[in-house]
Amino acid sequence: MIKVAARRALRTPSVPASPFPYHPGSLLSILDLSVEDVSRLLERSTGLEKEDPLKRDRILAKRRIALLFYESSTRTRTSFELAAKALGADTTLVSNLSSSIEKGESLKDTGLTLRALGAEAIILRHNSSGSPWLLEQSTHLPVLNAGDGMHEHPTQALLDLRTILNHFDPKTRTCHFERVERGRASGRVEAEDSPWRGSAVPIKADTLAGLTVTIVGDILHSRVARSNMLLLPRLGARVLLCGPKELLPEIAAQACPGIPPQQQKPAAGDPGVAIERDFEAAMRQSQAIMMLRIQAERLAGLQLDLDEYKARYQLTGQRLAAHAPNAIVMHPGPIIRGMEITAGVADGPQSTILEQVTHGLAIRMAVMERALAATHGGRA
Amino acid sequence: MTTLAIRNGHLVDPAAGVDAAKDILLKDGRVAEIAGPGKLKQAQGAEILDATGLILAPGLIDIHVHLREPGQGYKETIATGTAAAAAGGFTAVAAMPNTTPVNDSTEITRWMQAPERGAQVRVFPIAAATRGSKGESINDFAALKSAGAVAVTDDGRPILKDGVMRESLAAAARVGLTVIQHAEDTRLTQGASMNLGPASFKLGLRGMPPEAESGLVERDIRLVAELRDAHPHLHVAHTSTAAAVAAVRQARRNGLRVTCEVAPHHFLLTEEHVGLYNTHAKMNPPLRSAADRDAMIEGILDGVVDAIATDHAPHAQHEKEVEFEQAPNGITGLETALGLCLRWLHREWKMPLGRVLGLLSAQPAALLNLKGRGTLTVGSYADVVIFDPKAEWTYRATESKSKAKNTPFDGWIMQGRVRWTISEGRVAFANPA
Ligand SMILES: [Zn+2]
Repeated sequence: MIKVAARRALRTPSVPASPFPYHPGSLLSILDLSVEDVSRLLERSTGLEKEDPLKRDRILAKRRIALLFYESSTRTRTSFELAAKALGADTTLVSNLSSSIEKGESLKDTGLTLRALGAEAIILRHNSSGSPWLLEQSTHLPVLNAGDGMHEHPTQALLDLRTILNHFDPKTRTCHFERVERGRASGRVEAEDSPWRGSAVPIKADTLAGLTVTIVGDILHSRVARSNMLLLPRLGARVLLCGPKELLPEIAAQACPGIPPQQQKPAAGDPGVAIERDFEAAMRQSQAIMMLRIQAERLAGLQLDLDEYKARYQLTGQRLAAHAPNAIVMHPGPIIRGMEITAGVADGPQSTILEQVTHGLAIRMAVMERALAATHGGRA
Repeated sequence: MTTLAIRNGHLVDPAAGVDAAKDILLKDGRVAEIAGPGKLKQAQGAEILDATGLILAPGLIDIHVHLREPGQGYKETIATGTAAAAAGGFTAVAAMPNTTPVNDSTEITRWMQAPERGAQVRVFPIAAATRGSKGESINDFAALKSAGAVAVTDDGRPILKDGVMRESLAAAARVGLTVIQHAEDTRLTQGASMNLGPASFKLGLRGMPPEAESGLVERDIRLVAELRDAHPHLHVAHTSTAAAVAAVRQARRNGLRVTCEVAPHHFLLTEEHVGLYNTHAKMNPPLRSAADRDAMIEGILDGVVDAIATDHAPHAQHEKEVEFEQAPNGITGLETALGLCLRWLHREWKMPLGRVLGLLSAQPAALLNLKGRGTLTVGSYADVVIFDPKAEWTYRATESKSKAKNTPFDGWIMQGRVRWTISEGRVAFANPA
């Protein structure tokens, strides 16, 4: 009989580190970006936002970008499309609603066809987790993940970070909603409103130290939650996940790479990811609250008592005033008013929902510039 | 049929208790004589095969392969699958019934064994337990057995209903067949494509809980206990979870005839090997946690596991080049099993060579009652594998004899190179140094 102790000492095959090289312009997972990469992208997003539109128009003039959308998404598609056009690129949209995606044609073949038609980068939204890796491997083009199944949505995490930073005061190390007001007053978010934008302050591993962000709701099915929980702790933030067991399994807190296990139950002030099922307790610790929609289309037979859900997790004006009167309220959209969030909160002064949309445009310009700039140097 | 004298080799035959330098004479498809070096008496005129520095062992037996015929010849044929088997040192394989159509008849069972299939090694069909493997009504086991079936299963799917499983166990016991269960409570695995755990959460994939396997194994063991007086034999296919191995261990302590097999990928790899959606790491049951993988190793080392079986599951390249969730389950395994077992079980984890070879020949032969196989004594089938135990080599999927290349072991270092595989006296594979 082999003893347990002896068994523990057995050497087993190691896991290969990287299965294949990426195109340097690709953005498949938020983990593809180092902290320095994130810093550079945020810097560029501001540069591009401030740039004279006539000059900006020449940056990607006549470059060809394909948008390949297997899921309908007005918000993300329009954002990428407008960002590409703002840089002067030509875009072509292939969606499952158009007849372009032939019945039965594989993702690989569709990608190869787009490449043959001259696409230099592909922005992919797909209902199957991991599909951007398949597309990148098949086409060797820069691929931008615009949301894959239940997996990731890296540009959303970047725009959420930009939103948070826009309200972040490095002196007090906290977020305050009031910056929203100043941004709104002028009709757009002004660069001067941000303590970091326009200045040389780079993003570092401790930039968000002391900040707690709560992500609430359907974590299990949310690519927004995954990308954010893989990004924010690397910048020093603590992420609290909040929701019922059905939508937030215990394993979620173990799925954060780069955070040592002993830090996986981070105390206030420590970076990491932790579960806090009591919404109001989470709110009291948070400077930013990220609300998620329940993805009815992915519930797959899961029974959820919506009345009970609302009673526990709906963000109401009363809750907000009582437990997080200064926090910013974020939502990746689309919002379902009266479900996870009341209309009053969505339209209220603490809401950054529309501001996030604006940041999305700037971030996607920067990401596309990066994708096509890297093409010049050839494949790594 | 030629007479073949294998000389100067070292015979390792755990069932016969032999681990010594021996010459061996094969004649008319059987073992004719075994003697000390240079001592064969009937070798006059025989073709001589020099096995200096090599191990001779009973041909390997894989009791879980998918040969894809009839109906899925684009993935694999009986000819190509058995060529891969021969290259891997296997002289007999048991072919699963999830073909198109499902092998639930005596006609298909016979068709698979017909000489026209071009099999390079012996093929033992395993027939479907239920009609169309739909899990509703059981087949005529006596007829299937007389047509050559060596066991019944609905592999690819479980026999889920209590009543149908009970009936299968009882009917199989009456005719002396084994019921092989693909233990997966499919009510818990809908839409899932890997093990349920932190890795599946991170990748945004729906996961199969380990309980989907162990729960069904526990149910089956309860049924075997209820039918104790009829002495049914339950064999658990491709065991992958610690809880399932524990259940089998306990059942055996209780005196029940419950056996299990483990595939090399389940004692070597974990869910982390899925990496970034590698469809060559997608199979069912899925790669599990490190704790489950360690339990497979322990089960093999302490003897609860009765056989290593590959679950060789070839697929066409285009079928695996799709989104992870859409990709079919399964990997090839016939050409990598021996190399991996020698590299890891024997060299790394110090399992005696005889025990490793027993898991690949004598034990599976006993498990499915394959008479005259799994050992090399006078009169037994001339099924022999001859390999260089010291040779290290790198497996290249492109060089596979199988039609399919879907393996996670491409580029892996293997230990022990097969030089000859002899199936019933005929050289089925030769790769002399
Ligand atoms: Zn199976």
